[in-house]
Amino acid sequence: MKDATIVNRHSRPGLSSVRPHAVPAVQLHECGPDGDAALQLDLYRKMYLIRAAELLIQKHYPEDEMKTPMHMSMGEEAIVVGICHALKPDDQVLGTYRSHGVYLAKTGETDRFFAEMYGRASGCSGGKAGSMHLFAPQAGLICTSAIVASHIPVAVGAAFANKVAGNGRVVAAFFGDGAIDEGAFWESLNMACLRKLPVLFVCQDNGFAVHTPAAERHGYRDIAAIVGQYDCTVFASDSTDVHALHGLAQDALRAMRKDERPCFLHLKYYRYLEHVGVFEDFNAGYRPRGEFEAWQSVDPLRLQRTRLASMILEEQIRDAEARIERQVQRSLEKAREAPFPEVSALCGGVFA
Amino acid sequence: MRGGVRMSTVMTVRDALNRAIAAEMRRDPRVFIYGIDVADHKRIFGSSRGLVEEFGPDRCFSTPLSEDAMTGFGLGAALNGLRPIHVHMRVDFMILAMNQITNMLASFSYGAGGFKVPIVIRAVVGRGWGQSWQHSKTLHSWFAHVPGLKVVMPARARDARDMMIAAIRDDNPVVCIEHRWLYDVPGEVPDEIDPNALSGCRVVREGTDATVVAVSWMVVEALKAAEVLEKHGVSLEVVDIRSIAPYDGDTVAASVRKTGHAIVADYDWVHCGFGAEVATGIYEQCMGALRSPVTRLGFAEAHCPCTRPLENAYYANAIDIIRAVEKKLDRAEIDLTGEEFYSYEKKFKGPF
Ligand SMILES: Cc1ncc(C[n+]2csc(CCOP(=O)(O)OP(=O)(O)O)c2C)c(N)n1
Ligand SMILES: [Mg+2]
Repeated sequence: MKDATIVNRHSRPGLSSVRPHAVPAVQLHECGPDGDAALQLDLYRKMYLIRAAELLIQKHYPEDEMKTPMHMSMGEEAIVVGICHALKPDDQVLGTYRSHGVYLAKTGETDRFFAEMYGRASGCSGGKAGSMHLFAPQAGLICTSAIVASHIPVAVGAAFANKVAGNGRVVAAFFGDGAIDEGAFWESLNMACLRKLPVLFVCQDNGFAVHTPAAERHGYRDIAAIVGQYDCTVFASDSTDVHALHGLAQDALRAMRKDERPCFLHLKYYRYLEHVGVFEDFNAGYRPRGEFEAWQSVDPLRLQRTRLASMILEEQIRDAEARIERQVQRSLEKAREAPFPEVSALCGGVFA
Repeated sequence: MRGGVRMSTVMTVRDALNRAIAAEMRRDPRVFIYGIDVADHKRIFGSSRGLVEEFGPDRCFSTPLSEDAMTGFGLGAALNGLRPIHVHMRVDFMILAMNQITNMLASFSYGAGGFKVPIVIRAVVGRGWGQSWQHSKTLHSWFAHVPGLKVVMPARARDARDMMIAAIRDDNPVVCIEHRWLYDVPGEVPDEIDPNALSGCRVVREGTDATVVAVSWMVVEALKAAEVLEKHGVSLEVVDIRSIAPYDGDTVAASVRKTGHAIVADYDWVHCGFGAEVATGIYEQCMGALRSPVTRLGFAEAHCPCTRPLENAYYANAIDIIRAVEKKLDRAEIDLTGEEFYSYEKKFKGPF
């Protein structure tokens, strides 16, 4: 077993999973020369798409026409974009009920996305699935599940099939710090390490499962150190810098290819909104608003915009933002005008 | 009030459950309550309100996300003299505990030399809000299928109070399935506690033309149907099943012998469901008195869809009951325009 216990920490080492999440020091990773601007803009665009789509959801959700429980991605954009952008187009991803970010990062499309939020026949699952079960198989998003951790073994099986096929595909599974409570996570990790499967385990640690902090659920200090005992490569980061996370994902994928074994990423972020719903919940008393404000100073979009401003013209950034805003607005309007599925669709598709 | 002595109190199902649990925890220091998010500020839709404050974190606590292990944990605690109440925010999450429930808890007192297993497992079931297929099951017949488990589904506040108290005092595993739409429904709760509350159906509305045997929320729908039908000269008898296991077929049979017609309004899928058990009991006991075959209503043979038009079609409701009665009695369809039926937005506000 090589380097099994080494955890690659991309920013400040030694951060334990004790609440509250410490805000990471702002330290924008250096970018390469000119050629990099295109990449930085791409990363920004993808994050902006997620943020713009969710701001629109936030605005219209109270109208009560999007009848689906919203688990918002706000705050985690750098993680999902950094990783999805490092994946090849035919690599596969699986996620949770909190998968707006993953869906948008993988597909870039918003028509079918908003139609699904509005329960319309033109939605990515014909309106049957809603916000918690986004699918886009053609873009590699093959499963999202609202039963915590239930998609993680599915990722391992998908990776097994890819290995059998020899197609070189990687499977990334996104999950929260609550999922690592479940036996299914540990059993899946074990199988993936045992069979040396190309799985990228992405633990998005926001310190909470619903309202219960990690310190009240975890009888250990450092998940990354524990997973480091498995036969896989481990990286940990608390960065909200999409460029840094993209680089980390590239390192991880390189390590996976080189060592032919899985990789586990422990990535921290701050959930901006309530567990489910589109509002803030700092008055509920389980986490202080000050924490959120501190994390705002390292908001992933803000960081990346700052970086871009030193690379390209402000006008170019604004233009990119305006295009995305037009895209999501158009998609929302189309969705509202689209028809609901016919009632005859109710029992269709139960069997293949 | 009679002679200055209070005979009953009006309270919601939520408060009835909450007060029953608090009273038993006060009475018996062996009782404790635990489960995912039991002690957070939302307190399982308010039903575990005040418990952590009064009884402290050793008797009311949130757990890691580990449904199956936490069920075995409850069994161990019960074997050593405690009386656990394990709570699941949705019955869908309780599926992860099926191994402990069916392989361990249910069979324990049968095979294990005199051990008692005084565990209550509470599971909330919901409806509406576009929560789709992983948050909308009921599955009472799964649990009731296994010998050694008692399964109750209170629909009225008085039953919620009495059945919860009886469940906590019972020396067997009792599964209590609670419909969230009922939580806000107030009802009269007599001061006197029914010590045999765990078994027995109740005729909640007397009638002569047809019997509706209703489960959980369907009791509300059946009473609505009865109210509408009464205006058109049809007298419906409504039997609240209350307890799935043990099942009181005699009360149902007595009602069906009187009316000659039976409709089972279940709150689950029909195929291989509880309605089949009820129907068989009716055929066994009332063959000669039946004037039509038993009708079974329940969920459509599909997975609960997110989008509202399909979700509405998925659930049986008062209208389906009315139409079934009309068919049985060979009457023309009543014009239902102007009648208000229940929906996620327009829930029953009681009182019973
Ligand atoms: C098996 C299971 N248990 C409980 C739940 C209820 N639940 C939904 S989300 C959640 C918390 C998950 O937290 P985490 O994995 O950290 O993800 P986050 O919501 O923070 O993104 C819980 C307990 C569930 N959906 N599935
Ligand atoms: Mg979390």
